[in-house]
Amino acid sequence: MNGAIAATATTAGLTPKLSSDDKIMRWFILLVGAWMVFAVLLPLYFMLSKSTQSHDGVFVGLANYAEYFSTPALFYSIENSLFIAVVSTVFTISMAFVFAYALTRSAIPGKGIFRAIALIPILAPSLLPAISFVYFFGQQGVARELLFGGEIYGPIGIVMGEVFYTFPHALMILITALATADGRLYEAAVSLRASRTRIFFTVTLPGVKYGLISAIFVVFTLVITDFGIPKVIGGQFDVLATDIYKQVIGQQNFEMGAVVSVVLLIPAIAAFIVDRIVQRKQVSLLTARAVPYEAKPARTFDTLMFAYCAFIGFLILAILGMAAYASMIKFWPYDMSFSLNNYNFDVMDGGGWDAFYNSIRMAAYTAVFGTIIIFTGAYMVEKTKGFTTVRGAIQFLCILPMAVPGMVLGLAYIFFFNHPDNPFNFLYGTMAILVICTISHFYTVSHLTSLTALKQMDPEFESVSASLKVPFYKTFVRVSVPVCLPAILDISIYLFVNAMTTVSAVIFLYSSDTQLASVAALNMDDAGDIAPAAAMCMMIVLASATVRLLHATLTHGLLRKTQSWRTR
Amino acid sequence: MSDTSTGKSGGNNPYLRIKNLTKMFGDFTALNDVSLDINKGEFICFLGPSGCGKTTLLRAIAGLDIQTRGSVEQGGVDISALPPSERDFGIVFQSYALFPNLNVKRNVAYGLENRKVAKAQTAARVRELLGLVSLADQGDKYPSQLSGGQQQRVALARALATSPGLLLLDEPLSALDAKVRVHLRHEVKHLQHKLGVTTVMVTHDQEEALTMADRIVVMNEGVIEQVGTPLEIYRHPASPFVADFVGAMNFLPATVTGPNSVRIGASDLTVTGGLNGSAQGATVTVCIRPEDVTTRAIDKTSANMIEATVDDLEFLGSFYRAALTTTDDGKIEFMADFSINLVRDINVTDGMTIAVSLPEGRLRVFPGETTQTNRARDAAA
Repeated sequence: MNGAIAATATTAGLTPKLSSDDKIMRWFILLVGAWMVFAVLLPLYFMLSKSTQSHDGVFVGLANYAEYFSTPALFYSIENSLFIAVVSTVFTISMAFVFAYALTRSAIPGKGIFRAIALIPILAPSLLPAISFVYFFGQQGVARELLFGGEIYGPIGIVMGEVFYTFPHALMILITALATADGRLYEAAVSLRASRTRIFFTVTLPGVKYGLISAIFVVFTLVITDFGIPKVIGGQFDVLATDIYKQVIGQQNFEMGAVVSVVLLIPAIAAFIVDRIVQRKQVSLLTARAVPYEAKPARTFDTLMFAYCAFIGFLILAILGMAAYASMIKFWPYDMSFSLNNYNFDVMDGGGWDAFYNSIRMAAYTAVFGTIIIFTGAYMVEKTKGFTTVRGAIQFLCILPMAVPGMVLGLAYIFFFNHPDNPFNFLYGTMAILVICTISHFYTVSHLTSLTALKQMDPEFESVSASLKVPFYKTFVRVSVPVCLPAILDISIYLFVNAMTTVSAVIFLYSSDTQLASVAALNMDDAGDIAPAAAMCMMIVLASATVRLLHATLTHGLLRKTQSWRTR
Repeated sequence: MSDTSTGKSGGNNPYLRIKNLTKMFGDFTALNDVSLDINKGEFICFLGPSGCGKTTLLRAIAGLDIQTRGSVEQGGVDISALPPSERDFGIVFQSYALFPNLNVKRNVAYGLENRKVAKAQTAARVRELLGLVSLADQGDKYPSQLSGGQQQRVALARALATSPGLLLLDEPLSALDAKVRVHLRHEVKHLQHKLGVTTVMVTHDQEEALTMADRIVVMNEGVIEQVGTPLEIYRHPASPFVADFVGAMNFLPATVTGPNSVRIGASDLTVTGGLNGSAQGATVTVCIRPEDVTTRAIDKTSANMIEATVDDLEFLGSFYRAALTTTDDGKIEFMADFSINLVRDINVTDGMTIAVSLPEGRLRVFPGETTQTNRARDAAA
């Protein structure tokens, strides 16, 4: 038998002919790759090389790093950043876990409202809670006594702000993890007479282990890379993100800014790698035959849970409410009458109402172009046949932006796009670079959302189309896009809201023509105009919320019209 | 090994010619030097346990997963390296793969709309096809509003819409309920016969293959074990694997005692089907299907008689399957199927001793010992 095979094996190495579809898709993939190289990889490379250069652009090896680590004022920030990140993560995860537990495992009423309230912080820029806390606990705060002489400007304020800011992110992951429980496991445990505590530690916790780990790393990364909160309420307490800003904007020391960026990149990448490993280990615990868990009413437990959710909900609304209230006070604390003077942005520094409109435009561009680029890119990566190595590489590039903090990306853009020899130099200072940077910054989550939606489609759609000789792009437009429309709309709103609220990535990139609302708020706060800063934050919240509601209504209507096939 | 001469052969110009096809996935050989000719208008079933390479072969024919080596010719043209879009076939998948956002009509018209066919003509063709698959009044519904069987018929209509020269069916009935499956089996076969389209169907269900195929290609571990008509496959399995995979089969250890005789335990039996090359004194395996074991009007003088004890009677609805052990020193265990009438007439009960005959024409001899470790059906399940 072996002889026979050897004889026929002379016709080895059959090379399949590529169809025109295959060729077009490969070009698209290369385009996606080019985008990632151009918008993420090259800028990062320029930043890395900048960190090894002297002020005059001469290569000095690790000299800048040596200087960094011999300057206590600088490297103390590492400890500060880690301290803040760890403490905030512990608080956020514990609070969000109980909240998620209440929403998924108790029979309390009003779950929908609690959930909606808990997700509000996503609509706000991270400096909003910081500004609120200044009004609560600052020099003229209304609730100073609650700190018992503590100082809000510093670690306490930062941690409180970060908990508010990261709470919904942790909550969403934990709700997903807790919601996917197999009811039969609980029935089995109860029938084996396990106690409530034992069931919690032997069934519940192992079931959410991966979600919990994932949430921990997401929060840790968000906190350690956040810039808005420590900037507003950090006082003399320096962290890595504010150091980058100080080095670059304050001292024009770009090299040292690059060094701090690299230092900040390390924990972010470490968290990213651990999270990736954990994600890979995660296998679906929920089989097709699983029975969803349904919480049974339990009086004491439900009352406790309801009280907890109401308390957290109240805190979130209070923080948001304080910013809204303060923004409408004439002159805190001397003239507490209502006025809309603080919304008269045009008479203040920071960019005026134009900044707000710029933000809307920027967010709209990001949502439209970002969604098209990211979804199409994900489609190509997922559906192209063969080309395995290139696809693998590009898949990695698409995940990479998640590990890059916004500050680092923004600074890297300066080095890359402002380089005199860069043919794309003309982009510097334009709206386009803000859009490109924001799309790249939020690429990963949108990419993963697209992939999930695409993977849920029958993998044979493309095979069927090919057999019917319909080119892939027709099937893409006629089938894939309509089927994935809910995911596509989710991506667009995700991009819009993030583009509205982001500060870190764009703070280095705006120009006098392209001021942005979130940056304006930051600058007004810097200049002591805290109430107008609060007002601008409220405008961002309003815009995000409006678009979100619009999106919800639109989605609802659109889905009813185009997705009638979804219902039986 | 890949013997294509068995079964009906329609001339020297097969419609589909597969030559020395090998497909590797990394180090794993999914198809090992497979050759096969398929004639125009034939209904061919690839039958085998999961992982035997049947789907791989189908996908190679479609160009969806092109082979590592070897060639495929369709209608005299070498299509070995062509992408699916440049080949001529329609395909139906187990998952239906209907476009969920398009209604039935537009699903069926999907391939036509791309061919610049006039609208009225397309509509007429869609009506015709929906009539063919008995879904004439369901055209405006969406796939999710249809039952599984209906969806699969839409998929069939869509695949046939462009009048392809070759119809490929990848386990089309496996996702359906048992009753729907049996019904659709006839409908597909009928439709294929009516249209005369050359059809290749992949299945792991032997009943499906036996009832639908003109010829069955039994595959195992990347090679073709046997090609033949359903009756040939069932009556004259070419290997112990085929014997075991298709239908129920007893494997009895035996020794060759003469040019036409074997000894099983202490009994000498005559075989007329040949010894399959085994010499005098060689150890062989004798195969007989449980339903071929007869016991009516058998006594000690009957040919190929064996006396056995009934160990167990298993009621299987339309018949009983008896577990028997020969009464001689060999203590050889085997199964026999007894009709309900028979069990009643001669009052078969557990523990009784009966005389059975293993008819000489029904015995198949394979060289060597065959343990039942290669229970193919286990793998198929």
